[in-house]
Amino acid sequence: MYIRVWSLVLALAAAQPLAAQMPDEALRSALGGLSEASYPDKEAIVTRLGEGGHQSTNAILTAFLEDRLYVRQRDAAVFIVQSADPALTSLTLIDPVSLKPAGSEPPEAMTKIGTNNRLRRVLRTTVARFALTSPDPAVRLNAVTEMQRSLDDASTTLLRERAAAETDPDVKAEIDTALALAALDGGDGNARLEAVSTLGRRGTPEVRNRLASLLEKSEDGTFKEADERVRAAAEAAVSRIDSMRRLYGGVETLFFGLSLGSVLVLVAIGLAITFGVMGVINMAHGELMMLGAYTTYVVQLALPERTGAAVLIAIPAAFVVSGLAGVLLESTIIRRLYGRPLETLLATFGVSLVLQQLVRSIFSANNRPVATPPWMSGTLQINDVLAITLNRVYIVAFATIVFVILLVVLKRTRLGLDIRAVAQNRAMARAMGIRSAWVDAMTFGLGTGIAGVAGVALSQLTNVGPNLGQSYIIDSFMVVVFGGVGNLWGTLIGGLSMGVVNTLLEPYAGAVLAKIAVLVALILFIQRRPRGLFPQTGRAAEGQS
Amino acid sequence: MNLRSLWGSPGERGSAVFLALLVLVALLVPLNLLFPPSSPLHLPSYVLTLVGKYLCFAMLAIAVDLVWGYCGILSLGHAAFFALGGYAMGMYLMRQIGPRGVYGDPILPDFMVFLNWKELPWFWHGFNHFPYALLMVVAVPVALALVFGWFAFRSRVTGVYLSIMTQALTYALMLAFFRNDMGFGGNNGFTDFKEIGGLDLQQDSTRVLLVMISALALAASYIGCRLIVESRAGRVLRAIRDAESRTRFLGYRVESYKLWLFVFSAAIAGVAGALYVPQIGIINPSEFAPINSIEVVIWVAVGGRGTLHGAAAGAILVNYAKTFLTGALPEAWLYALGALFVLVTLYLPRGLSGLWPATVKAR
Repeated sequence: MYIRVWSLVLALAAAQPLAAQMPDEALRSALGGLSEASYPDKEAIVTRLGEGGHQSTNAILTAFLEDRLYVRQRDAAVFIVQSADPALTSLTLIDPVSLKPAGSEPPEAMTKIGTNNRLRRVLRTTVARFALTSPDPAVRLNAVTEMQRSLDDASTTLLRERAAAETDPDVKAEIDTALALAALDGGDGNARLEAVSTLGRRGTPEVRNRLASLLEKSEDGTFKEADERVRAAAEAAVSRIDSMRRLYGGVETLFFGLSLGSVLVLVAIGLAITFGVMGVINMAHGELMMLGAYTTYVVQLALPERTGAAVLIAIPAAFVVSGLAGVLLESTIIRRLYGRPLETLLATFGVSLVLQQLVRSIFSANNRPVATPPWMSGTLQINDVLAITLNRVYIVAFATIVFVILLVVLKRTRLGLDIRAVAQNRAMARAMGIRSAWVDAMTFGLGTGIAGVAGVALSQLTNVGPNLGQSYIIDSFMVVVFGGVGNLWGTLIGGLSMGVVNTLLEPYAGAVLAKIAVLVALILFIQRRPRGLFPQTGRAAEGQS
Repeated sequence: MNLRSLWGSPGERGSAVFLALLVLVALLVPLNLLFPPSSPLHLPSYVLTLVGKYLCFAMLAIAVDLVWGYCGILSLGHAAFFALGGYAMGMYLMRQIGPRGVYGDPILPDFMVFLNWKELPWFWHGFNHFPYALLMVVAVPVALALVFGWFAFRSRVTGVYLSIMTQALTYALMLAFFRNDMGFGGNNGFTDFKEIGGLDLQQDSTRVLLVMISALALAASYIGCRLIVESRAGRVLRAIRDAESRTRFLGYRVESYKLWLFVFSAAIAGVAGALYVPQIGIINPSEFAPINSIEVVIWVAVGGRGTLHGAAAGAILVNYAKTFLTGALPEAWLYALGALFVLVTLYLPRGLSGLWPATVKAR
């Protein structure tokens, strides 16, 4: 934490204009005065430093504000310490003028330069002024938000000066909010009314609470806000903000649900091919996803420095690894069991056990660490109310891409045509010269390859271990059965709606109960519609039972 | 429906052998008490526990074989009924601990004291009475099977759909029992039992008694299932297995046949679970894990689906192999089990007992 603040401060210091700089000696002598000065004197020194504009000033004043400005008892020299954590046995010193490391001292040898409330306010204003003139809009935005927390006349004046010069729209909006917040305390009713209407356009919790406080009554029963028009406007603004927060809260929940649903679609879509199109119950589906996740791990081992590239490379790699495993599985085992779905279930379950143990033997039974690329972490701030974590955005996008590619392959390519032909009428397809055995192997390879790709996505979301597959296999079967076997769109809608329902239930029931409720609801749903949301019709459906 | 049919047809000769073996176990195990522990003929108590465990698993396998082998209902959730029976027995055993628990509360089991509960939840009442607990051992699995089966069979959920539904059922139950709020001890389940019906569970004589009861219960459920499958109703069941729609068009109420068979099978599984828990000494939610149910299906497939005695033999064989391999080569167990699944389904569609008539015919 300190280090982060520190680097920010250094960046700020470096960014100061060089013109009209106080010479180093003047700075040093001004600082020397600090150790003996009374509080009013300290205030005067701080003001002088602020006006002097030495490039280290900001760092010094920030340190002062954070109680990190110390005097060495031996020679009365002033230093910034890197961290004043009382647990430290030695303080790392930084020279305040050059901002270079200056050795270290035990805490007993140093005395802190004290501050009081008044001095701290002066310091904060001075530091804020530096931050407000920073060329980086993010720093300015941060400074304004920081100033909103404790507004006083000095900072309002500062902000008003800055408002005229500010060009960045976000910073400008934030400054307007701060000025409006300050205006609420002013005596002019019209200014307060204007402020309320400005604030009504924002949605942060602080603004909402401030507006709501206008509607409160004092202990003697009178309203804290005397002006009736302002109260009415504040009430309208609060209810508008509340409804906006509800709306965006709903949007957020929906998005959470969609991202959970996207995971379900990803893990189920490969199964929709092997189970839905081919009618093969592949209990090893989960383990093929696990292979995909371990592929990601191995690729990252090979490219330790390039996490992002490794994940991207892992996608085709996992497709190939799991797809080949699937083709092998199809041609050695499943091919002999067509038309006996229950036996296929047992044999593939056996395969899943072997794969799990294989992974345990090779990679050990412990979870393997898979790193998340830097561009996948962080949040996307859409407005005051709505912030979405980036990895959810990526998972939704990824699921969509995989789904579209799969749809294109099935509907627009020769392989897709063959796959659909064999699924609809094997005998007729063979009569037309389609090599059904080859198509079977390819279909199964496609489905399991997609499982591997889903595994890459899962490696970013959960622990990569031998049990990764098992925890998803029931979910993925439920999605396919719910959506309707043999129907990719059914899988998409089934998965997304399961995810959304699960997320909607979670706040009321807790994660586990929500999951149980979804499972039970699905069991009941299948009783009503045994063939899922979008049942297959026609001859293919007859042959499936 | 007479007992002669038990060893009437040549394929059913196995049942005579099987029942004879069970009677032998029931008779020989008590002899163990006559030998002093130093005698080489004396079985150590862990062997007794193992035998009892295998017998319970054999009962569960028979229950699965009844519905799968004779009616084509592949249940991947039968371990749920087993575990429910086990939990019912576990609740009785927990109440029997009384003030001997760690916290010494005369009424509340330890985990409830730990969760700071003040009184017994309503569904725990009555479990201090042995007959009530025995009733619940059967009633709870039967009730679940009745509700689930009534919905599933009436709406004609068949084949793999039904299998996946049963698996979802046991998965949902597992998640539910893992919750502390459910009042079933959360993921620790029940353990540290002291006595059953006044008999100390650590005594060899109690173990012997439980093994005998397990052997008799296995024999009884075997005879019960055999009588069902050899009856006229049994023929209808097989007809359903082979051509469900045709049987329905012939005028049989397919749903009722399936439902009652499923319920009977669940009752057997429940009893098996109830016998399993006092011998093993623990019951926890992992018994509901979907993999357990699938393993049972493998026992049946290995032994021979649709033979009953084959299923029991498969359960005992596979579990013996498991005990042996997890001890000798822990790494190899899952490889072996996985290979067993694959090889049996590929090359022995009728299981090990399928080998037997084939050799008879070859001669």
